[in-house]
Amino acid sequence: MTTIFDFDQIPETSWCPGCGNFAILKVLKEALGELNIDPKNLVISAGIGQAAKISQYINANCFNGLHGRALPVATGIKASNPDLIVVAEGGDGDMYGEGGNHFIHAIRRNIDIVNIVHNNMVYGLTLGQASPTSRKEFKTPLQLEGVSSEPFNPIAVAISLGASFVARAFSGDMKQMKEILKEAVKHKGYALVDIFHPCVSFNKINNFKWFKDNTYYLNENYDNTDKMEALKKAFETDKFPLGVIYTNGENKTFEENLITYKNDKRPLYKREVNLEKIEKLLASN
Amino acid sequence: MKNDISIVLSGEAGQGIRTVELLMIKALKNSGYNVFSTAELMSRVRGGNNTTEIRVSNERIEAYVDKIDILIVLSKNAIFRIENRLTRDTIIIGQNNFIEEKYINGHYKIKDVAISSLAKEVGGLIYSNVITYGLLSGIFDINLNLIKESITRHFSTKGKEITDNNINAVIKGFKKGKELKLGIQVEKDEIIKNQVLLSGTESIGIGALAGGCNFITAYPMSPSTGVIQFLARHSEEFGVVIEQAEDEISAINMIQGAWYAGARAMTTTSGGGFALMEEGISNAAITEVPIVIHLAQRPGPSTGLPTRTEQGDLNLALYAGHGEFPRIIFAPGNFTDGIYLTQKAFNLADKFQVPVIILTDQFYIDSFQSIKSIDFTDFKVENFVTRTDKDYKRYKNTDDGISPRGIPMQGDGFVRFDSHEHDEDGFITEDPDIRTKMVDKRLKKLESYSKESIDAEIIGSKNYKTLIVGWGSTYGVIKEAIEKLNDNDLAFAYFKQVYPLPNNTKEILSKAKELIIIENNATSQFGQLIKRYTGMEFTNRILKYNGMPFSLEEIIEKLKGMQ
Repeated sequence: MTTIFDFDQIPETSWCPGCGNFAILKVLKEALGELNIDPKNLVISAGIGQAAKISQYINANCFNGLHGRALPVATGIKASNPDLIVVAEGGDGDMYGEGGNHFIHAIRRNIDIVNIVHNNMVYGLTLGQASPTSRKEFKTPLQLEGVSSEPFNPIAVAISLGASFVARAFSGDMKQMKEILKEAVKHKGYALVDIFHPCVSFNKINNFKWFKDNTYYLNENYDNTDKMEALKKAFETDKFPLGVIYTNGENKTFEENLITYKNDKRPLYKREVNLEKIEKLLASN
Repeated sequence: MKNDISIVLSGEAGQGIRTVELLMIKALKNSGYNVFSTAELMSRVRGGNNTTEIRVSNERIEAYVDKIDILIVLSKNAIFRIENRLTRDTIIIGQNNFIEEKYINGHYKIKDVAISSLAKEVGGLIYSNVITYGLLSGIFDINLNLIKESITRHFSTKGKEITDNNINAVIKGFKKGKELKLGIQVEKDEIIKNQVLLSGTESIGIGALAGGCNFITAYPMSPSTGVIQFLARHSEEFGVVIEQAEDEISAINMIQGAWYAGARAMTTTSGGGFALMEEGISNAAITEVPIVIHLAQRPGPSTGLPTRTEQGDLNLALYAGHGEFPRIIFAPGNFTDGIYLTQKAFNLADKFQVPVIILTDQFYIDSFQSIKSIDFTDFKVENFVTRTDKDYKRYKNTDDGISPRGIPMQGDGFVRFDSHEHDEDGFITEDPDIRTKMVDKRLKKLESYSKESIDAEIIGSKNYKTLIVGWGSTYGVIKEAIEKLNDNDLAFAYFKQVYPLPNNTKEILSKAKELIIIENNATSQFGQLIKRYTGMEFTNRILKYNGMPFSLEEIIEKLKGMQ
């Protein structure tokens, strides 16, 4: 299925055949298309890594900046023009490693953006080292004896920091992934979608089958507005829950709290500078 | 008494010395006095010893002096650190138990004023700083109504009782001050009443507003934080987005997102924070997103002297960021230039899509002076954003290297920025020819800027034989020194644009037989830069790097020694 987000000429991707990123790209474009989003109103803010290259393959606005810094860029974009739909996207190393501090504070701010993290538990572009989400004992060319650090738990961290939408998807199930992504885009406030996906080149342990065997979908009776229940789910590791694990739309967004938009809803680029007022300000000194 | 007076207030952190300074310089300026003040503070919240110097003079003054004519002692142990600045003529005012025996028995003129007792009479020690304000106002015989009004304004939110007590306190101090009969003879000038009094911090803040700044984010770091706090105070009125970033890395990236979406954004930081921003500066260079950074220097390396001053980060600003790319660096030396250059920084960043850095330092930022009011009709907020068409190419190759910059939702095209080397459309490429073209395109912007480059200013004799070179905050002290020396062979070249070197650099330096450079650092970073680009060397260097600004006396003495 082609969408408005496809290029006329399909660009050559730098992903390996069989990579989970293909499914994420396809589904994200479809989800955005089905939500009738105008590509002119969409910005993808991406970092660096195999996952972050996704911004190259979507026909819309993009800011493909530094490794780890997609969230500050996205924050600047959204705060300057709240009319834009902003997606901050990258891999587990990009968002949780290099950008870890920004991940914490973007959540606290509750900026109305969608934060999509391709989580394959390994570094791809640098050829196979451990990522913050690598499981213990995972052996790599750098962690020769296996990973000894605790894996980073983005779901638990996000919920405890007050994230207003926290979800996990699996790239092997495009139908569910699309629904989750659509929910995330529609959500007002910060939305995290951590997507499990296999790395066919560097992670032979957490492969397609492993993700399939080690995940399950939350059932219909699960109340995803109960924060404590959500935290319990976040700590389940024998089988990882998939779906919208926590949601809460009560908090004001970062942009709504900015005094700049209190009496004037126009984005910053539409505003004029009142030099007379500045002259008066100086004269009042 | 003389017509150029230096008052020093010395006490502990937390005593409110800065409040006295602010109230007093305002009262002096509003009475028509030339005034300049500067503070030196310890990196602590309570205790220790902090001093503030207020100069009042017949002439325009913009420099720190060593000499102390009137010393106000506000705590114990407030004299020993500045002992070598006292002379036989210094009048020491304070209560006897704060002034150590050796000074009482020394050659100084001691005036015993029991500030604490007066404060207690009003209601407690908390009134000591307002008593001090009254005392100084009495010494300068400032109109009492003006003083009372300033108190009412200052305490307007604190309720009637507190205001009344403070008025009571200021009157008590005022009477004491008059009784001292110090015979001040500084002349007043009506023109000064119409001038505006501001701090270095405010000059950057006002300049930013005038440049159309509507977004600022920063991580707090002395001495740079005042700029974002100033803008925060005026954010509602001027529609400025204010955000305290989680770190400087976030700040430098956030302003790029802001410019990308059509804002005019800046960040403010000091050396350590700027070092963290380096990768972000490099990112701005390749994505060609405009950025404005205020870098308020303090002595390093690392934590160094957090509350002191130095011009040690010119090289940091010059070479920050990996890769080769253009940038523009300004270093205002007075507050009029601070406003003009900061204003201009936003227009230039927008036009040339390069990082523009404003270099100040603690001395500049924390000083106060009055300037002639500014005609804001001179300013223009120049907006270079273009409407995109369907085939918009973000990195279009042009003769001047400047590719028209679009923003999302303004036009029919997509705005695609990329930090990888990219083609004209913003797509990643490793094509060697495109790479070469893109590097050339970016570097060309510096050549294009050279047409708008700001010349160095010559102050003093036009037929100079000896030329003193200075940049940034040493402007005031060098200017005053050469005025005092009044030597027909001497001039001062004031560089307010330090990179690229102004177009007139070689010409003005070649005219001199002897070159002297004055810098508030240890390695003469600007001298080295000039040598690199012009091949010209400085025969004499006056360098200082103990954390303090140059004093007028030491510059005069060193220059005399060189002639």
